[in-house]
Amino acid sequence: MTEDISPLLGRLGPDALPLYSWVAMGGAMVTVAGGLGFLAIVTWLGKWRELWSGWITSVDHKRIGIMYIVLALIMLIRGFVDAIMMRLQQALAMDGGGYLPPEHFEQIFSSHGTIMIFFMAMPFVTGLMNFAVPLQIGARDVAFPVMNSISFWLTAAGAGLVLVSLVIGKFSTAGWTGYPPYSGVQFTPGVGVDYWIWAVLVSGVGSTLTGINFVVTILRKRTTGMTLMHMPMFTWTALCSSILIVFAFPALTVVTAMLALDRTVGTHFFTNDGGGNVMNFMNLFWIWGHPEVYILILPAFGIFSEVVATFSSKRLFGYPSLVYATMVIAVLSFTVWLHHFFTMGAGANVNAIFGIATMVIAVPTGVKVFDWLFTMYRGRIRFEPPMLFTLGFMCLFVVGGMSGVLLAIPPINYATHNTTFLVAHFHNMIIPGALFGYVAGYMYWFPKAFGFRLDRNWGARAFWFWFTGFILAFMPLYVIGLMGMPRRMESYANPDWQPWLIIAFLGACLILLGIVSLGIQLWVSVRDRVRLAAEADDPWDGRTLEWSTSSPPPAWNYTELPIVSVRDSFHEAKLTGKPIPTAPLTASIHVPRNTAVGPVIGFAGFCVGFGVIWFIWWLAAVGLALVATTLIARSFADDTESEAFPGRGTGIS
Amino acid sequence: MTTAVRHSDSEVSFGFWLYLMSDAILFGLIFATFVVMSTNLAGGPGGTDLFSMTNLSMQTALLLTSSLTVALAHHAAMEERIGPALVWLALTFALGAGFLVLEVRELSGFVASGAGPNRSGYLSAFFTLLSTHGLHVSAGLIWIGTMMMQLLLKGPNSRVLSRLSRLTLFWHFLDIVWIGIFSVVYLPELF
Repeated sequence: MTEDISPLLGRLGPDALPLYSWVAMGGAMVTVAGGLGFLAIVTWLGKWRELWSGWITSVDHKRIGIMYIVLALIMLIRGFVDAIMMRLQQALAMDGGGYLPPEHFEQIFSSHGTIMIFFMAMPFVTGLMNFAVPLQIGARDVAFPVMNSISFWLTAAGAGLVLVSLVIGKFSTAGWTGYPPYSGVQFTPGVGVDYWIWAVLVSGVGSTLTGINFVVTILRKRTTGMTLMHMPMFTWTALCSSILIVFAFPALTVVTAMLALDRTVGTHFFTNDGGGNVMNFMNLFWIWGHPEVYILILPAFGIFSEVVATFSSKRLFGYPSLVYATMVIAVLSFTVWLHHFFTMGAGANVNAIFGIATMVIAVPTGVKVFDWLFTMYRGRIRFEPPMLFTLGFMCLFVVGGMSGVLLAIPPINYATHNTTFLVAHFHNMIIPGALFGYVAGYMYWFPKAFGFRLDRNWGARAFWFWFTGFILAFMPLYVIGLMGMPRRMESYANPDWQPWLIIAFLGACLILLGIVSLGIQLWVSVRDRVRLAAEADDPWDGRTLEWSTSSPPPAWNYTELPIVSVRDSFHEAKLTGKPIPTAPLTASIHVPRNTAVGPVIGFAGFCVGFGVIWFIWWLAAVGLALVATTLIARSFADDTESEAFPGRGTGIS
Repeated sequence: MTTAVRHSDSEVSFGFWLYLMSDAILFGLIFATFVVMSTNLAGGPGGTDLFSMTNLSMQTALLLTSSLTVALAHHAAMEERIGPALVWLALTFALGAGFLVLEVRELSGFVASGAGPNRSGYLSAFFTLLSTHGLHVSAGLIWIGTMMMQLLLKGPNSRVLSRLSRLTLFWHFLDIVWIGIFSVVYLPELF
């Protein structure tokens, strides 16, 4: 390398500013203005103390969950801006048209995928798990509340690295999967891929800790009588998802760390020369990557299960089969990773085995779809927004599943791999499958979190824009994928593709209206919160335990812990007119005190990432030392809990 | 109250076992990568040319003995004999530090002779596997130091003892990983 590396600033210099394109400059300015605007508003309202002690240092699982979801919604907007920019570029880019230079287009599709998977979907699902799981199992908090805060702030640090890359330096151009040898330093010098690596690595550590936390929480902190087969379906899926996190995320850590070593130290893990093995990257990456799909989608299935039972006013059909199907999917998810690279030279037999394993996953998934359909059958269905998103999911997800079975057939995969057919397929799984579920969960549990419902009309509008927008944006990609259009094209010369790409752009515009509707819904609901607060403790005629406590719940969730003897115990209590029995309070309630450990470690993680990206070695060392000293100092603290007094002070105000 | 403490203690140790499982997968994947790359010498030196039986025996002896001393430390602390517990912990620290010194000396010798991690895929995997284990041992040393401080300042209370039991687990885990390294990395090259 011939770059100048100063001891103080590493390779960071004035050329790191995004002066190469007006679009990048605009993005940087919006990011900076957004950050400064947030700081200005908090200062103007005089809310710093409240922000610090109520949120930033909070270890309450409900508040951490809400912060995760806020992070996810911010990153959803950022990721969507990338998406609509790509759609506009491709709609215009016939014969070299369009407005984006190729390198900038590559950054955009890379950051779009990275943000949507790691910093939109992961925080969204983790936030919903954080908010709902302890309430659903009758626990006062998660097993490790401080570690929970550390997880959140590490995720936020990763997201911060992606946001900073827009202003200082560039982001990766190697796609969200970062395949070598292209992502190696020989072909892609500079900081882009390093930003991708460290954002993923830092937030990945946070996710691993979340996985451990939730396995322990669900298996050890259930209230009396909450046997495994009495657990609400969402908690079951959260358990499976957490187990997958614990087992799959080490692969992501290993593979990104090895790529970082290749780029920074000069090792030969994934290089073409020096005895590197590029295929090992694909294997390691997808050993994490395929379970990751299920980490994202299983909790969404859990939300659909809750929503479909509640709004059909019926018991969930085939609960045991849903539990077993979830577990089977979780196990099978480790056996299919090779289908992400059928065309990269494995033999016919290997491809056949992985293809069949992939198709087998469709069986438990099909079981689930039938269970949901039978739950609705002869139910009294209420078309509230969460239910609309669930119905939309059922219609669209089946299409995505069918295209998945097609892609699982190796000979077909040879014809369709790396085309927009694949892009259409995985968006078809992740948008209706995962994101619709998260939005349904957000609208479903919002009244529990804040004590008022979200506006119904704007929720319905949001749904219809998302639903039709999705169809318009992605069905054309199936068509042009079959016509042979490769993914990630900055420009093209085939006039047959352009009309479809224009339709796809219009679909993206409808999705934009869907996102705007979500924003208006929030605004309108906060404005009308008094009217919408009616029956907020149990607005949907809920069935599971979380609806039996107040909205918002106190910091300790339940003053007297409920004793459960059936599934859907709250519904049972309403039906029989007998309240859920509770265990009388024998000792005082203790809640963990706020602590700055989480935000400090998140900040330190950011410093480590930023330092290594820019070769500012002192900063990375300081970050690591900060992590170590914070953890050691924390281990000396004994007085970590304070007594809570029921009746005084509430949870979320 | 005691049942509450015991209950939360079981949560923490279950969580720690999960962490160890996750870490075992991390090592497993690095082992797998090492095996895949064990023939990718790219014209550079292989293990037979580099490894020394003496060094390996000394390292192994130090680390395996430290597993015994850490267990004795835990045992002494459980019986509230702080003096012996501190001595055994200090001995564990010394053995672990000795292991690290030998490892650093061996690896820096390889680098000096032109067999550094950027020489070949084989050496990249070798160095990464060894340093990942070495970093864990270093973290363990910091942990041992912290536990000695806590035993001195706080005495053998239930939190300190529960941490000490997890330190013991962690240290045995590193021993098991070393036995893996011994068998997969060194043994085939030396015999």
